[in-house]
Amino acid sequence: MTMVTEKDINEQIAWAKINTDVLKSMENPRPAYWVTLAVCLAMVSTAVVAEYIQYTVGMGTANLNNPHMWDMYIAAFVFWIGMSHSGTLLSAILHLIHADWRKPIYRFAEAMTTFSLMTAGIFPMIHLGRVWNLYWVLPYVSDRGVWPNFRSPLVWDAFAITTYLTASMLFLFVGMIPDLAICRDNTTGWRKKLYTILSLGWVGSDQQWRNFRKIYLLMACFLIPLAVSVHSIVSADFAMSIMPGWHITTFPPYFVAGALYSGCAAIITLFILLRYFFRFEDYMTLPIMEKTAKLTFAIAMVWTYLNLIEFASVWYGHDIYNKELLIAKATGPYAWIFWTMIFCGSVLPFALAFKKLRRHMPTMFVVSLFLNLGMFFERWMIVAPTLSMSQEPHQWDIMYGSIVEWGIVFGSFGWFGMLFLIFVKIFPSVSMYEVKEMVFHRKRSAGEEDLARMTDHAKPVTQATGGEGA
Amino acid sequence: MSLDNILNHWSDYRKGSEEGGHHDYEHRWAMAINLDLCIGCNACSTACYAENNLAVVGKERFEKGQAMHWMRIERYWDQQELEHPEQGASFLPMMCQQCGAATCEPVCPVAATYHTPDGLNAQVYNRCIGSRYCSNNCPFRVRYFNFYSYYESAWPEPMEQQLNPDISVRDKGVMEKCTFCVQRIRTVKDKAFMEDRPVQDGEVVPACAQACPTSAIVFGDTMDEGSMVSKLWKKHQVERGVYQKTRHAKKNADLRGYRIFEDLNVDPSVMYLERVREDI
Repeated sequence: MTMVTEKDINEQIAWAKINTDVLKSMENPRPAYWVTLAVCLAMVSTAVVAEYIQYTVGMGTANLNNPHMWDMYIAAFVFWIGMSHSGTLLSAILHLIHADWRKPIYRFAEAMTTFSLMTAGIFPMIHLGRVWNLYWVLPYVSDRGVWPNFRSPLVWDAFAITTYLTASMLFLFVGMIPDLAICRDNTTGWRKKLYTILSLGWVGSDQQWRNFRKIYLLMACFLIPLAVSVHSIVSADFAMSIMPGWHITTFPPYFVAGALYSGCAAIITLFILLRYFFRFEDYMTLPIMEKTAKLTFAIAMVWTYLNLIEFASVWYGHDIYNKELLIAKATGPYAWIFWTMIFCGSVLPFALAFKKLRRHMPTMFVVSLFLNLGMFFERWMIVAPTLSMSQEPHQWDIMYGSIVEWGIVFGSFGWFGMLFLIFVKIFPSVSMYEVKEMVFHRKRSAGEEDLARMTDHAKPVTQATGGEGA
Repeated sequence: MSLDNILNHWSDYRKGSEEGGHHDYEHRWAMAINLDLCIGCNACSTACYAENNLAVVGKERFEKGQAMHWMRIERYWDQQELEHPEQGASFLPMMCQQCGAATCEPVCPVAATYHTPDGLNAQVYNRCIGSRYCSNNCPFRVRYFNFYSYYESAWPEPMEQQLNPDISVRDKGVMEKCTFCVQRIRTVKDKAFMEDRPVQDGEVVPACAQACPTSAIVFGDTMDEGSMVSKLWKKHQVERGVYQKTRHAKKNADLRGYRIFEDLNVDPSVMYLERVREDI
């Protein structure tokens, strides 16, 4: 690059200040934090009421009917699973390729992965007719020799999601251990007790750092294929069926691209929120926002490409059911949703191509929300129109969700927000040790002779970057 | 011991999951429905409600599409552009087609729907967890879900007395569908077994066939060469498991037999005989 680039982070920032800033964020956020948390709690209570009605009265309260056996619950399930993928992209993939700009923002992205998976995991339960028999999906050893049906993609889902959830939770936790030790050394009361247990006796010795690096890298490598496979398997829920609009070969990559897309948009949203709530202007800087926005733009184009491929393969495939369904999507009663999806998913991301807009936080906030709206519509456009217009013309129907269904889907956003906001209040949402690492390396490559000479003698980089506290 | 159970039956289990379905059928129950005889009177549907303890859901829920009619009469207008009496309705009785390669079976996560040695798609109510994937993957849309608990509303006292004791009343959260009146098949098979003789043709009569005033519905076993339904299938050159050409491709106007969605290759057990029109 010939052009002088802006610094991702001010490398003169002192390590002690990093610690203080992050620790302070866990103590006194801006009042807006509490307002948002209250809104989230209100949304969750809406969902609880709606679910109570649905559980006691029956699934019919969600307006589900014969052609539309699945609707927004499944769309929301796919949406939340999808959102989880970008956390893995930032924390694992970018870790492997040494893109160090991810360091200040990967922690909350990884938390987003875990919590959106927890949100997604609720939907298959909410939508089951007899949820109390949910465990029948798992292959437990039964005296009667009754097994789940291993041919069913729903069983694969159960495996894939629980594996991914476990792995991403462990990855989040392991990556946090050095930071938890810093927290332990700087807090009192119940927090101290909590961090003492969770930091697993971390003292920052060479041995510990060596093991830590190894296991962190190993887990990152383990997580990447999982992330890809999870959404491919979710797409198999549709692709394995024979329904028009579902039985499509390109679904796995299409779903993975869509997943990364909505996840990146969500990262931008949360980036802006956290930056404001916790006064993280020094860490979540504009250049990092720009890089995230560029990444989102690239993924948006991949998604658009795969979308066009899907349309083209349907169009030239000349399968009458598929083709009619595609035409009906674009021109029928759901056309407004279809075109909103195309606008939000393929046209709006071009806003990210402009530097001025990328650096304007309110614009980015609104744009990221609309990108995710488009992605939610995309999931809904996959699930519902197929059922509205399947092979059997007698059963063609149009259906919109009832207030119960909307309440639960609406509440899932509150549930996610609640978990996420509680997490960032209790745990450091900026990775302290990795920001120190980043500052150190930047400083060194910027030609800070003194420091370079010093570290040549005192060889272990690990120790220098470590969690020795303030 | 459960582990012993698994180890002992491992090969059976593997066989079942790899091949799917059965290759040594005892019976293959099938139907032939003559659309030329169907007058769209809905007697079959009513009989089905009575026989199979189907809940009457009420007007509001019916309009929402939550009805439980295992047997439904589909009405199509011959000439859409004309007004009512001249339109000329065609009727198509539609129920579970008991497909040989049923799409509902592989997708059920708990194997609540499976293929019996009788060639039926059995639905095990007690095993169903209500994921509703089977219904989504059914091209005929003939699977019905208990969106509500109907016991109180559909059969207020003393109407519960009219319930058929041979089959259960399903509660909310369970999928159900036409069984070809499996309870009647069971009774006849048991009787034949006690008398040490094969099941006779015409012995099993499902409720819909019994109620049909024009005898449009013929039910029987296609494994039995001499049965009425076998003869009809043979006469119209419709064979199981074989992709059927359309009537026009057969170049013979007398061959009226076809199976719905033949192009999906799901091997339905119901053959329809096309309606004869003067002008075509």
